Amino acid sequence: MTGVWAILYREAHIYMRRWTKHAAAYAMSPFLFLLVFGWGVGRHVEMEGMTYLQFMLPGLATMSAMTQSYGMATEINIARFYWRIFEEFQMAPVSAWEIVLGEVLYGMVRGTLAAMVVYLMGGFFGTWVLPGPLAITFYLLHAFTFASAAVVAAMIVKSHADQGHINTFFIVPMSFLCGTFFPLERLPVWAEYAARALPLTHSNLAIRAALFGGAIPWGSVLALAAFGAVFFTLGIYLVRRAGV
Amino acid sequence: MLNSSNELAVETRGLVKEFGKLRAVDTLELSVGRDEIYGFLGPNGAGKTTTIRILTGTSRPTSGRALVGGVDIVKDPVGAKRHIGVVSQHINIDADLTVAENLHLHGLLHGMDKPSRLKRIRELLEFADLADRERSLARTLSGGMKRKLTIIRALMHEPRILFLDEPTTGLDAASRRRMWELVRTIHEGGVCVFLTTHYIEEAEALCSRVGIIHKGSIIAEGTPEELIKKSGEYAVDVVDDGRTETSCFPSREAAAEFLESSGHAGRLRPTNLEDLFLQETGRRVHL
Repeated sequence: MTGVWAILYREAHIYMRRWTKHAAAYAMSPFLFLLVFGWGVGRHVEMEGMTYLQFMLPGLATMSAMTQSYGMATEINIARFYWRIFEEFQMAPVSAWEIVLGEVLYGMVRGTLAAMVVYLMGGFFGTWVLPGPLAITFYLLHAFTFASAAVVAAMIVKSHADQGHINTFFIVPMSFLCGTFFPLERLPVWAEYAARALPLTHSNLAIRAALFGGAIPWGSVLALAAFGAVFFTLGIYLVRRAGV
Repeated sequence: MLNSSNELAVETRGLVKEFGKLRAVDTLELSVGRDEIYGFLGPNGAGKTTTIRILTGTSRPTSGRALVGGVDIVKDPVGAKRHIGVVSQHINIDADLTVAENLHLHGLLHGMDKPSRLKRIRELLEFADLADRERSLARTLSGGMKRKLTIIRALMHEPRILFLDEPTTGLDAASRRRMWELVRTIHEGGVCVFLTTHYIEEAEALCSRVGIIHKGSIIAEGTPEELIKKSGEYAVDVVDDGRTETSCFPSREAAAEFLESSGHAGRLRPTNLEDLFLQETGRRVHL
């Protein structure tokens, strides 16, 4: 486990040094969405028996958690291609799984914190939704999945530009299509099926159910866990063969 | 002459690394003793860094065997990496961490407990004259200080073998000489140093033995003195039509006679490793 602690040590120190910038980054995009869609456009709209802001808030928090935990990919890339710090991990007597677990744990903390900031902001907009232990557990699973995906993406790409392409073709469409801003059922059938093949959809379904007392869609929880397990395992494989 | 595996810090047998059709390391045979400063000399693209990457476990060989500290780097990379410290060609310190935090991170990666880390950090900062910069962010250090930090970081876990990949590239002459002193002191502390360089004078000044690599293979190996003598004692550089032609001779007299009879302007000097490299390959080390 020495590698896990070492990576958490590094990330924690850098995070604490930049926490004000991180906090601002967590807040900026959700604030704009809350202001424009929640307050401006959706003020008098009802969705699934609740105000639009209530409906949107968990989706926004889940999206923010995804962005922040997946956002690690860019930082790993910088460490790999620009600072070349990743070499220091590769040359140390630690296993690939320790490197991946360290990065993923950091991503989980970062993603879950980002989600909590959105709920806090929702309160300032007059909509208090308090995530309970089950919702927080689902957030951790959600962040685990996207932090693992971040490691995979960071190890696959050959440059920062490649990273931008992954964001454009996978992360941005997921943000809009996976039940963040409106229920999946409003999509055309083909698009709904496509959305159900993406992990963010299952995060949204599970987290909304945990927050609003619906039947927990365990199939979605399992799907999310399966995505996470696949990404995590693939991440270990890719770190092991990096530079080969 | 090295004849026992127990005495060897680094050993390769038939080591090959291919990138597609390019053979970067070609059946490399190396034997480096635990008490040596071994210089791995060659021009850019000769295969030095690829060899270092294999020996430090960041690249896998296509075939062949590499033992580091007696441990097979492919079969037991974690075990082999415990014995080694690595200073990369590039300054790869964490700019967002302080000097001390960079050292703590390395210690943690090598499983050192906190009291051991603190003690070692104090020693190393004193050793490298960086004690007053302990709490400075690494990004604020000068180039020479950053290079020193990468070296002491590699020594943090007290490795038996230190790989230095072109450690003085980009440093001015004075800093380079200070770095040599640092390397000598590290070696006197019982650490085997495996140094890659394309600076002839660095290999001559520092190394107890030198291996000259060309196109992925060792083309000559020995002490700097042995290798220099191999090419002759004296060299004459004759300038003809803007081109410098170098010829080597067994004695000063023979070299002087050649210079006189050539009818061109020229310079008589003692031979160096560059002359040997030129003789063996037809090109210069430092391009």
